[in-house]
Amino acid sequence: MTDDDRVFKALADPTRRFLLDRLHERDGRTLSELESELEMTRFGVMKHLRLLEDAGLVVTRRSGREKLHYLNPMPIRLIHDRWIDKYRERYVSALADLKNELEETG
Amino acid sequence: MTTMTAQTTQVYQLFIKATPDRVWEAITRPEFTTRYFFASRIEMEDGRRRAYGPKGELWGDSAILEEDPPRRLVHEWQGLYDPELAAEETSRVTWEIEPQDDGVTKLTLVHDQLEGAPKTAESVAGGWMFVLSGLKTLLETGEPLGG
Repeated sequence: MTDDDRVFKALADPTRRFLLDRLHERDGRTLSELESELEMTRFGVMKHLRLLEDAGLVVTRRSGREKLHYLNPMPIRLIHDRWIDKYRERYVSALADLKNELEETG
Repeated sequence: MTTMTAQTTQVYQLFIKATPDRVWEAITRPEFTTRYFFASRIEMEDGRRRAYGPKGELWGDSAILEEDPPRRLVHEWQGLYDPELAAEETSRVTWEIEPQDDGVTKLTLVHDQLEGAPKTAESVAGGWMFVLSGLKTLLETGEPLGG
């Protein structure tokens, strides 16, 4: 599996996206903090965090006795540069604008 | 930009197909930094890390706290390129360079101690992504990002 595969796979799960959003709100959280926001066993949350870590989307750092989880935005940024930016030609964004406008006014 | 509250400790990590020596060179020598770091000339001399804009204006002048080539570089951070940022408290940037298998290097950048610098925290969040993405592209392809 390539790095990109791991990132796409990690993102293809609502619980893992939820965890990333929580870290996006506030970074540097412990497992216990993250666990308290989910209806899931500690083991389940750990499993998801490990997948996010393997994909490089979460980086852990030690602070004293605690292991803190940080959102690492680089893999998403690199995928953006590689996969999204080039499809964002002017006419594509013009069409997206038109769609939004029609949906808002409609 | 999003409206999130910028984090007081920010962590950025990426893998680059280059040796630790080349990564070190790219982050400490002006002939490289001008090609990906907002065109700034970064010079490390006399325990200071100075950054100059394209017209020679001083964009940064901070103390180097640790220098262990090609593994670890720690320096203070204060953006002089914007008066609002220059008025904020000094923060800290740590570069960790770790060799992996197959000629790949793991680069981790931690920008912390941003508690007294909320505007800086917001400003650098997008900035580091741009800089690090450009650094990777430069080292892997020899070309600046989008160049």
